[in-house]
Amino acid sequence: MTDQPAPNRWKRYDVWDERPLRLDKFAPESAGDGFCAFQSPSDPEPSITIEDGRVVEMDGIAAADFDMIDAFIAAHHMDTGVAEEAMALDARTVARMLVDINVPRADLVRLARGMTPAKLAEILHGLSTLELAFAQAKLRARRRPGNQAHVTNAKDDPVQMAADAATAAAMGFDEVETTMRVARNAWSNALACTIGAAVGKAGTLFQCAFEEAEELKLGMAGLTSYAETISVYGTEGSFIDGDDTPWSKAFLIAAYASRGIKARCTSGGGAELLMGFHETKSILYLEARCLCVQRGMGVQGTQNGGIDGAPVTGSVPGGMREILAENVIAAWLDLECASGNDTRTSESEIRTGAKIMPHLMSGTDFICSGFGSIPKYDNSFAASLFNAEEIEDFLVLQRDFELEGGIRHVSEEEAMALRRRAIDALAVVLEALDLAKLRPEQKESVCLAHGSQDTDSFTLGQVRDIADRLQARSVTVLDVIRALAEHGFEDIAENILAMMRQRVSGDYLQTAAVIRDGRVVSAVNEANDYLGPGTGYAPSAERRQEIAGIRDVLTKEQIFESEDRHADAERRRYRLQPNGPAARGNDPHEVVVGLSPAFGLRLHKATSDLFLSRVLKALLEGIEAGGGTPRVVRIWHTADTSFLGLTAARLAGSGIGIGIQAKGTAVLHTADDYPHMNLELFSQAPITTLDHYRGLGRNAAVYTRGERPEPISIPYQGEALSARYHVQTSLIYAIETGMLEPERAPEELGVTFYGRD
Amino acid sequence: MAETKNGVADLYPVGEKQADKVRTQGGHRLDELTLENVLAGKLSAADIAISGDALRLQAEISRTVGRHALADNFRRGAELTDVPQDTIFETYELLRPGRAQSKQQLLDLAARYRRDHGAEQIALLIEEAAAVYERRGLFRKRF
Repeated sequence: MTDQPAPNRWKRYDVWDERPLRLDKFAPESAGDGFCAFQSPSDPEPSITIEDGRVVEMDGIAAADFDMIDAFIAAHHMDTGVAEEAMALDARTVARMLVDINVPRADLVRLARGMTPAKLAEILHGLSTLELAFAQAKLRARRRPGNQAHVTNAKDDPVQMAADAATAAAMGFDEVETTMRVARNAWSNALACTIGAAVGKAGTLFQCAFEEAEELKLGMAGLTSYAETISVYGTEGSFIDGDDTPWSKAFLIAAYASRGIKARCTSGGGAELLMGFHETKSILYLEARCLCVQRGMGVQGTQNGGIDGAPVTGSVPGGMREILAENVIAAWLDLECASGNDTRTSESEIRTGAKIMPHLMSGTDFICSGFGSIPKYDNSFAASLFNAEEIEDFLVLQRDFELEGGIRHVSEEEAMALRRRAIDALAVVLEALDLAKLRPEQKESVCLAHGSQDTDSFTLGQVRDIADRLQARSVTVLDVIRALAEHGFEDIAENILAMMRQRVSGDYLQTAAVIRDGRVVSAVNEANDYLGPGTGYAPSAERRQEIAGIRDVLTKEQIFESEDRHADAERRRYRLQPNGPAARGNDPHEVVVGLSPAFGLRLHKATSDLFLSRVLKALLEGIEAGGGTPRVVRIWHTADTSFLGLTAARLAGSGIGIGIQAKGTAVLHTADDYPHMNLELFSQAPITTLDHYRGLGRNAAVYTRGERPEPISIPYQGEALSARYHVQTSLIYAIETGMLEPERAPEELGVTFYGRD
Repeated sequence: MAETKNGVADLYPVGEKQADKVRTQGGHRLDELTLENVLAGKLSAADIAISGDALRLQAEISRTVGRHALADNFRRGAELTDVPQDTIFETYELLRPGRAQSKQQLLDLAARYRRDHGAEQIALLIEEAAAVYERRGLFRKRF
């Protein structure tokens, strides 16, 4: 140490450097480089000129100079019957209308049809984060929010896929999306997810993100029900680089409709930046262009909100606000909005939790367009914002703020039963179609697995063989239904068939459609009608119970059971013998220990997990070691630490007393001081050890000699002890206060310890 | 179709309210999609495919609730229900940038849609693309 030069750096920076946040990289605002969330100097002024019902100029560009995006927007998005009225409105006036509970959604949707991308971007720039969340709550298409899950694994193992799809469906995800590590494995992925998602319930929409032609083929075979990877870009350069045009995509969307497949486009801030064709425009303006194109195509919805570009968008000042703004534009344009939150935008858990909050508060049609229902390492799209590891964190956010995040806790028993059934169902189909035979140990390993690192199942290569044969045989969902029904899985067969009836009806092609309890719910039959307090969606009493029903809540009964369990053992360790009313002592070195009402009677363990017999013994040993004379009394009139200490001190010959509660909180008090003006206090009972109690006893004895010992310090590292213990201590303390007898005087206790334990 | 308070939107969801009227591409009624019929081999791939009529009904519903662009898309979709998969892929491919080498190639494609499939809306979409692609120089080779 002595040889090293003195560091010329504030050590706080060393601490900050170690935080996960420092792995995130941030960019300065620089419109010229495309790093600009809102209002780049290159963004056009909003404008429109209409002649003979045709757009001849838009956002400062004459029709003859329109690029293909402008041309598509002018022809298919702009409602020339509304445009002049809408474009004439002052941006701030419209911004206020977006958050005005007296302006219905329908009025705003009508106006949006007459607004250019520059106009939409200009208006949204005027809303704060809070206002954006509020506007989203008003503009969302469907009344009740939902959520979507990613179900993938690193081995493309269909067995795990089926089990995980069943788990995700049970958790309440309305949609399940899969993709592959190896493209050719699409067919086995799709088969497994189709079966898994139908275990225990009918109606989870399913998609296999893949190359378009193959996705259509899967759809025709009945093995996929929606598509959302129809990418749209905000500049001509990036659109062409993405190998498409607005017309090729519009055709593709119609093709999906013709196959009964629900379609959703994908766009999101930062995409043009990543692709190098940002034209120095702001991120929001480019996304507004994407969204106008989408509305014009007639797609029912969008997956936007950064998506793959979310991390780079988040690197810019105001980037996360921009993401909210683009989701609001989507909803305002009457598109179903699957609001991103499907990629890890930060290594910081604080930024991650904060990222989801506005979306959870407003509710969107799908909070995540891919919540990672599987472990991070198994996510073939790359880790999502929330993953299997963090599902319980998400459930608690729902519970804390009473927000609808679309999912619920599934008990271990329920999950295991569903997983087993999904695996068994897949097994009979694979066997009936002569594709593979599952081994018992393979099934078991998958059933119990957190992720593919725990499984003894197929390799990528084996899956490829299964997938190839599946595709070669032109298997359709009817073969799957037949195999299931013939082998004892009529319920799953029936659930899949119900989805086919839904498909043929076309009902789930409508805006924001999902299937819940076997019924199609969409913006047609359950449109969002939020207009301020007391309106719109509110969780039912049953749903509220579900949201509250997280794992491991600590009940009073559990505390009682645990305490009762320890009572017998504690009675064998020590005896507290009441010996009548306690008198004031005369010994100048006497230290009185005042026990709370429930100490050793109803309660037997401190929050530190130490048995109270040992805590008391340590205190008494300490007093003796310090040359004091211990005496123990039971105090009945108070359970408050300070008053326990003060009462004990006033009974002690030395005027020094220790008060202790059953949870382990202890105080060293003098007879002369005001309550709370104690000598020493152990307020952090959970981290107090026997040595600390011994030290407190010794110090008490030292005080009786008029000396000033070094106070005992309990090393605290900043743990959130209240979060960890306050449920328990509140319940325990209620037991103490329930035993209070305000008129009853302190009682002398004879203490006998048996043996060493 | 029976007129009701909100017009055809009251028929939604048609799977619930019109199960005896909606038919699959194979001609079966929705309520004939039963396990019994699957096991008896009475249903084919065409019976898990949506029909043009079902899509046109959804288009009417969209229009009634004010979603005209979505309705137009469903109408285009309805025109494609009997278009073979290969033709769909060929069309999509030709509409991608740099695939068609001339405006005429797209115009011919549009004409085929009109002639072979009575697909007026699809034809219009392709013709519109042809005009914009020409103006923006998208008929150049990309690979």
